[in-house]
Amino acid sequence: MTSPNEWHTPEMHVTSERFSENARHALDDKVLQGGLFIFAKGFTALREIGISQVPEFGDMRDRARDVKDHVLANLGDYLEQFEERVIANGGRVHWARNATEANEIIARLCAEANAKTVVKSKSMVTEELELNPHLEKQGIEVFESDLGEYIIQLRKEKPFHIVGPALHLTKEQVSDTFYEAHKRYGRTEKVTEKEALVREARIVLRERFKQADVGITGANFLVAETGSIALVTNEGNADLSATLPRHHIAVTGIEKIVPTLEDLGVFLRLLPRSALGLDTANYLSLYTGPKRDSDPDGPETFDIVLVDNGRSDMLGNEFQDMLRCIRCGACLNGCPVFTSVGGQAYGSVYSGPMGAVWTPALAGITHAANLPNASTFCGKCEEVCPVRIPLPNLMRHWREREFERHYTPAGQRWGMGAWRWIAARPAVYRLVSSMGGRILRAMAARGWVKKLPGFAGGWTEMRDLKAPEGGSFLDQYAKGRRS
Amino acid sequence: MAKVGLFVTCIVNTMRPEIGFASLKLLERAGFEAEVPRDQTCCGQPNMNGGDKAGAKEFACRLAKLYASYDYVVAPSGSCAGTIRTHYPDLFDEDDPDGVPVKELAAKTWELTSFLTEVAGLADVEASFDGALAYHDSCAGLRELKVKQQPRALLKTVRGLELKELPDAEVCCGFGGLFCVKYPDVSGEMVRKKVADIEATDAKAVAMGDAGCMLNIEGALARKGSDIKVWHVAEVLAGLAK
Repeated sequence: MTSPNEWHTPEMHVTSERFSENARHALDDKVLQGGLFIFAKGFTALREIGISQVPEFGDMRDRARDVKDHVLANLGDYLEQFEERVIANGGRVHWARNATEANEIIARLCAEANAKTVVKSKSMVTEELELNPHLEKQGIEVFESDLGEYIIQLRKEKPFHIVGPALHLTKEQVSDTFYEAHKRYGRTEKVTEKEALVREARIVLRERFKQADVGITGANFLVAETGSIALVTNEGNADLSATLPRHHIAVTGIEKIVPTLEDLGVFLRLLPRSALGLDTANYLSLYTGPKRDSDPDGPETFDIVLVDNGRSDMLGNEFQDMLRCIRCGACLNGCPVFTSVGGQAYGSVYSGPMGAVWTPALAGITHAANLPNASTFCGKCEEVCPVRIPLPNLMRHWREREFERHYTPAGQRWGMGAWRWIAARPAVYRLVSSMGGRILRAMAARGWVKKLPGFAGGWTEMRDLKAPEGGSFLDQYAKGRRS
Repeated sequence: MAKVGLFVTCIVNTMRPEIGFASLKLLERAGFEAEVPRDQTCCGQPNMNGGDKAGAKEFACRLAKLYASYDYVVAPSGSCAGTIRTHYPDLFDEDDPDGVPVKELAAKTWELTSFLTEVAGLADVEASFDGALAYHDSCAGLRELKVKQQPRALLKTVRGLELKELPDAEVCCGFGGLFCVKYPDVSGEMVRKKVADIEATDAKAVAMGDAGCMLNIEGALARKGSDIKVWHVAEVLAGLAK
């Protein structure tokens, strides 16, 4: 029997249960580790240089946070205003409560357009929905046109990073991938140089743009006052996807609204700086309705699919701040866990700190519990977030949900209960700490413990433990020692 | 005279008591008589970060009561001081009466080097150290309590000490409490990088403000067979780092 709420249950497939295993593979992958090293140093430096040129960066962040908070407090009103404006401009708005609905709507729109070929620009929401396999099942051929997305589509991989999906790959890997994939277009010469690889992708994709019946894009922002969608890219592929095919479908989340074009300005300054340290992206386009009679070109239809898929469940509770996210990737670039294992280890298209909060909301905490737990709470993500999302606190809130629902691993749960009991009894606490010190001293060889049993074995897998030298502080203090 | 209650923290109590005595010495040098309440236990961070919010509140109420009679609470740890000062107030609803003493506790709680510089105005620690010392910024102190210049300002007054800045001094060492045993591979990679950075300086020792990071970094250095020493900043400032 289906529950009355099942129609709006968010849907996202993840393999986050295997985080530890995936992380181990990633750490053993020498090629990946080489790339991660450059990535970690480079992206952090780019951002720091970029924002150092803007003394008012902090004020911009406050302003952006306030705009988003205002929108989230009035989300229904702004969404209605947006829909009205889109309709007035000759477009259509479709509401999808979850991935199934979104995919069905998009497939129907493609069927109405008799689409055989779809060209897409980069959209994390369509990755979340797993739209491509859904369309392919309907016999539609789907081509990603963002270079990184195109590469991982050919390699049948999930994105490495929300901004740079193929950042983890070397040019040799891309060369091999193109060589295999482009044979079907009669390109049998193996290209190895970076510029030549880009040129080849451009030539191959240019034909797909011309051939496509439908162009699917995401939307970085939705402007309520004009009914426009804003697209920020560096490759220009989104503009070709939106204007060359006869039909344009934009797919995005309901949280992407900003009230006015003036509000949009602050986000357009924050996004490229936070992502890549750039003062502006190469392309910024606003799309407002289909081709008008006076326009020389443009799509005949303009459809916007607004996806909920768990977003409204974050409204009005401890996770609402997460809905301010603008997907710049700064929290991933700064995260010491992300830069050690890469995005694919997370088993979710949303990785790093933002993914650790976003993924459980969409896939359920039972499937994604590793992600908010695999953090040291170092706080770097919160430090760099352009919309000041308190990411460590939100990860902690997921741990609280996990604990409330008894999903916390039994050993840890028992340990915390025991610790709470001991800490409420100072005499027991003192006894336990003294004994702990004594046991470690007994286990040590020349002052160092090389192997610990059970759960604590995780410590000595990677490092030694220096045993304490004397009695506990409280014991020594009780005996009168003061300095 | 203002009364200071030293909160020694669990790791210092069990693993590194010398840090507690170094803290007492520094507080005395700064003109404060510090006491250590015998019944102190844990601030509850393991429970708070493990999702046991009700448990964490219990720890907070207990500590607030224990330190009610002190003007200041000082901890030689950004992590434990950050839990009390930054996170304790968030555990309680606005109108929860239990939150009142906890918020008072939060407002008078300081990380050691912050207290020595910002409250006590200690100008010179009158200690000496022979040679180059690298400094690692422990995350909780750095980001929750803005501890950055305070330890450096004090270290500059140590005779003979040459401070070496690490290239990624603000990058986490991979300790993270339970994180390091739950995700040993990832934690191991993080501390591997940290140790490589430390070794790349020619410092014979590295200091930091949190005993958790110390155990992690010194354990990883020892596993590699390195003889670089790891000190708590309080030990260096008290002249106990030899």
